[in-house]
Amino acid sequence: MKVISPVIKTIKKLPTIKKQAIKLSEKTLENTQKANVFFSEIGSFFLFLWLTIKSSFSRDFEFQEFLRQCFQIGNKTLPLISVTGIVIGLVLTIQSRPILVDFGAESMLPAMVALSIIREMGPVVTALICAGKIGSGMGAELGSMKVTEQIDAMEVSSTNPIRFLVVTRVLAATLMIPILVLYADALGILGSWAGANIKGDVTFVLFFTQAFSAIEFIDFLPAVIKTFFFGAAIGFVGCYKGYTAGRGTESVGKAANSAVVLASLFVILIDLIAVQITDMI
Amino acid sequence: MDDNNAMINTPTESPVDKALTRQIVIEINNLRKGFDNVVVLKDLSLSLYDNENLVVLGKSGSGKSVLIKCIVRLLRPDHGTIKVLGENVSELSSKELGKMRQKIGFLFQSGALYDSMTIKQNLEFPLRRLKKDLSQKQRDQKIAEALENVGLSDTTDKMPSELSGGMRKRASLARTLVLDPLIMLYDEPTTGLDPITSDEISDLINAVQKKYKTSSIIITHDIECARATADRLVMLKDGEVYMDGSIEDFEDSQDELIKSFFK
Ligand SMILES: Nc1ncnc2c1ncn2[C@@H]1O[C@H](COP(=O)(O)OP(=O)(O)OP(=O)(O)O)[C@@H](O)[C@H]1O
Ligand SMILES: [Mg+2]
Repeated sequence: MKVISPVIKTIKKLPTIKKQAIKLSEKTLENTQKANVFFSEIGSFFLFLWLTIKSSFSRDFEFQEFLRQCFQIGNKTLPLISVTGIVIGLVLTIQSRPILVDFGAESMLPAMVALSIIREMGPVVTALICAGKIGSGMGAELGSMKVTEQIDAMEVSSTNPIRFLVVTRVLAATLMIPILVLYADALGILGSWAGANIKGDVTFVLFFTQAFSAIEFIDFLPAVIKTFFFGAAIGFVGCYKGYTAGRGTESVGKAANSAVVLASLFVILIDLIAVQITDMI
Repeated sequence: MDDNNAMINTPTESPVDKALTRQIVIEINNLRKGFDNVVVLKDLSLSLYDNENLVVLGKSGSGKSVLIKCIVRLLRPDHGTIKVLGENVSELSSKELGKMRQKIGFLFQSGALYDSMTIKQNLEFPLRRLKKDLSQKQRDQKIAEALENVGLSDTTDKMPSELSGGMRKRASLARTLVLDPLIMLYDEPTTGLDPITSDEISDLINAVQKKYKTSSIIITHDIECARATADRLVMLKDGEVYMDGSIEDFEDSQDELIKSFFK
């Protein structure tokens, strides 16, 4: 009796086991399908990257479109970046002052704030704003061009749409975002000076000399270099998401949305890598 | 399938016979194309002959647009071959494909005008990139001529969003014709146009055929347009060619589906 009962039990359980097995296999299948989507997404990402790089080495550079994109990027983000730049400087100064006063290191204030703006706050905040503003703009624009068959129309008239639409936008973003970052840095330091003057009285020249006394070229360079990568990533992700949008108007919104998410993620990851590299040097 | 066709066709003095002696421009054999388990084109074989206007009829969703997109390789067929001017489309390198596409004019069903450019820039866009030997003056002249052909001379500097649907369609037609293609693929050129403009477009299609010796595939639901332009017609149904013949064959047909089109 005792020997048989486990067997009987398993037999009785068999349907449930079967159900479990089916459920498990279905789940695995679903997961592999998801994984497939994931891998094919990665595949298409690198394919698109390759096509973009290939198309950028072409004699016929679309200079006019490139200029138009540069202008648009600047035009779209300038007000937002101006306000943010000043506010960052102001806030950083107001926040850091009490701590520095506690340590009796108030004279370090300009240098410290300038350093953190130039190294980190300026580039990252500007890039994140641009990821939101420019990444989504490009995603939506190219997405709607895709949906309304304008990209197909370029393709059938054998003008390379990647060269005209993507290469110009990626290069424009790569060039413009470093410029915007420098602009934000400058305004940030200006804001910091304003912040320092709320509770103290520093002349602009003194503040500047103090700020830049602590900053060396080696602080400056990596911060500038990484902004080029920020720009390239934002431009590329925006274009990629737009260009690979599906059918129907709803996919335009999706493209814009995922462009922002992915571009912001890229900015943060690139920043992480940049920190590691600078740290090693 | 082929036997079936032969039965439906009137064997004598049909334009098909006349066409047989002519050169084949586009040859499609056993084309199959589906999306996510739904087969749109099942087993489609079709030829377009030199200097011929072939009208393609078929219900909405029967895969007419998919068919001409396969011809220019905007979509990749699942099975079957498409030869354009003797070259197998799916085996072309991207450079060769670009060359082949230059010979083909494609009018999109939706028009597909570039909405960040004015009408003139829309026409200039392919012209500037493909016909580099033209001077600015020649280009302007060509653009003006193309726009006049479709009756849009006064909209040169407007944006596509400022035009009506019919005007956009005509502008798009002008953009295609400005490149003097050898082969034209029209996806519903007259849909959404008033009868008078429709007639004008039909006349334009005929004029283009005569003047530039183009061969065209014209997808349409507009029987008037079909009557005016067709040298030969085919009807698609269930992803295959349901009937192939002249306009008289179609009008005399006793088939229910054909009759419902030619009421
Ligand atoms: N890129 C695509 N992805 C998925 N499905 C598609 C795609 N293109 C077309 N289809 C499907 O193929 C079928 C045929 O579409 P197609 O546009 O060729 O129809 P049509 O004959 O041109 O109709 P209409 O006269 O309304 O334009 C439709 O069911 C459509 O949903
Ligand atoms: Mg269609």
